[in-house]
Amino acid sequence: MTNAAIAVRHTNRNARIKRTVIKTLEYAALVLACFIALLPIWSSFTTSFKTAEEYATTNAMALPQDWLNFGNYAQVWTEGEMLRAFLTSASVVVVVVTVSVMMGSMLAYVLNRFRFPGNGLIRNLFMIATLIPGIAMQVTTYQIMKDLGFLNSIVGYMILMSGTDVISIYIFLQYFENLDVALDESAVLEGCTYFGVFFKILLPLTKPAIITVAVLKGVGVYNEYYSANLYLQSNSWRTISTALYSFSGPFKSSYNIICAGVLLTLIPSLIIFLVFQKQVYAGLASGSVKG
Amino acid sequence: MTVLKAVQPDLRRKKVNWQKVAVITLFAFVPMFLLILFTYIPFGKMIQFSFHNMSYTKDKGFVGFDNYVKIFTKPEYVDAMLLSLYYMAGAVVQLALALFFASVLSLERIHGAGIFKGIMFFPFLVNGIAIGYIFKYFYTRGFVLDSVLQTIGIPLESLPYWLRDQSVNNWSLVFTSVWKYCGQNMVLFIGAIASIDPTLYEAATIDGANRWQQFKAIILPGIKTVFMLNLILSITGSLSAFEPAYVVGSMGANGTATFFIKIHQMAHVSQKVGQACSMAMVLMGLILLFTAAQRLFFRYVMKDADNTFNAKANKAKALW
Repeated sequence: MTNAAIAVRHTNRNARIKRTVIKTLEYAALVLACFIALLPIWSSFTTSFKTAEEYATTNAMALPQDWLNFGNYAQVWTEGEMLRAFLTSASVVVVVVTVSVMMGSMLAYVLNRFRFPGNGLIRNLFMIATLIPGIAMQVTTYQIMKDLGFLNSIVGYMILMSGTDVISIYIFLQYFENLDVALDESAVLEGCTYFGVFFKILLPLTKPAIITVAVLKGVGVYNEYYSANLYLQSNSWRTISTALYSFSGPFKSSYNIICAGVLLTLIPSLIIFLVFQKQVYAGLASGSVKG
Repeated sequence: MTVLKAVQPDLRRKKVNWQKVAVITLFAFVPMFLLILFTYIPFGKMIQFSFHNMSYTKDKGFVGFDNYVKIFTKPEYVDAMLLSLYYMAGAVVQLALALFFASVLSLERIHGAGIFKGIMFFPFLVNGIAIGYIFKYFYTRGFVLDSVLQTIGIPLESLPYWLRDQSVNNWSLVFTSVWKYCGQNMVLFIGAIASIDPTLYEAATIDGANRWQQFKAIILPGIKTVFMLNLILSITGSLSAFEPAYVVGSMGANGTATFFIKIHQMAHVSQKVGQACSMAMVLMGLILLFTAAQRLFFRYVMKDADNTFNAKANKAKALW
């Protein structure tokens, strides 16, 4: 074997060793990141199965003695009135998602398919609205909600949540741009009205956009807590967020019980995520990249 | 050809198409009504109130710029503003980590890449109040974090009280924000990297480019838009940071009250609505200023003519 060939083999081997080391480091970094992502949730999970005595005496990271101790879950479910909170949250999500999908798709249809004076103005008004940080306007929004009699009103909260959602309008606008106008034309030639075109032909075709908007909006509304805390302070209309928030009262620092409540609220998000993973990722991208 | 008329208006005939008018009015009315009700009216009122000394129930009249002067002369407000620097530092780390993991997961053949991605993304979907409890528990003296640190050999005595000790508690809060949003940023980066033409990498490999060169020459330019978007969101998000202090930091206790927490307390605890509005105006001004500065920076310094990241960027991470 010539010296040159040996040298090449050496460099190949070195390169291979280098690759292996890098690969190992990359896996190590990924595992560490996942560990950090999961550790806080994991510790709540294990704690939720501990009895009061166990919680007081064992280390926070110690595993529970009985993995089937659902006592905390039962207690938080009944005393924390979680069924009621879940039902309230579910109705808010259903109403807000339905209204947002309808409003977003209808407005996008009008903006995309018709030319009329004001089309540009409407688009601009929505664009400019995105420049004003919503967070800065909480103070005066509160006053408007108060003037409208929407304090402690679930309907008021639903209307506020369905309010201008620019993301869903953009997702629908993009989608309509890719739907051929010939569809509308042939339907109209066969005697279909514009309403018919929208409801019977276009809306069913936007199903992927509907799912994306519904998942994004649904998760967002389910997790919303700031406005819920502000506008739904009466006990009769607790959403999951406000119910959770109130736990620090009755359960004080009994974290074993609170953790059970926390875990229960995570279940719907987890299921939605596992089922609609693709739509969640795609929705984030389309909601932020384009427009 | 009625539809064609709708799409390309026929200028020869001026007859009003009532069906078209009906559909536009019906479909656009509600969204426009809500937009004006929940965005433009509050915006107008915010400007007006910021010059008044008033509560939700009583208006004591016009006071000119008094409210604004107070913000910049009272140290507690300036301090609250400076807290956002912690969050900006956190945002930079968060973006770097997100970019690193996004490129590892996209460019390398990683077994179980989908699972890694899913686990790192999931914190984004956790309810904010739940995050509050999870991390209060996590940071409690002798509990989760302390146990883990003790396991790797750090004695408890040398550890601070993570949420009480004012030398670390803002970092503890910033960490919860990085924990929540890092995976989300990563997913956005992965999406952007996936849209780059894969043949570019092949060509670069044939030309002998190493991973770092590929990253610099192909990936960075390819994801520039998304990167800038994320950067702007992170910086403006830092200015209006409130979530960690609200849910984990017990409403800004122990010197963790960010500027937005101050606004919230001013309005809903002290009931000084005029003062709160002027603070909100300042916050908005700062956000607009930073957004404009960054856009100008990227447009002229980085010679970027790409316009796709625009105003709506601000809304993407605003979860409410």
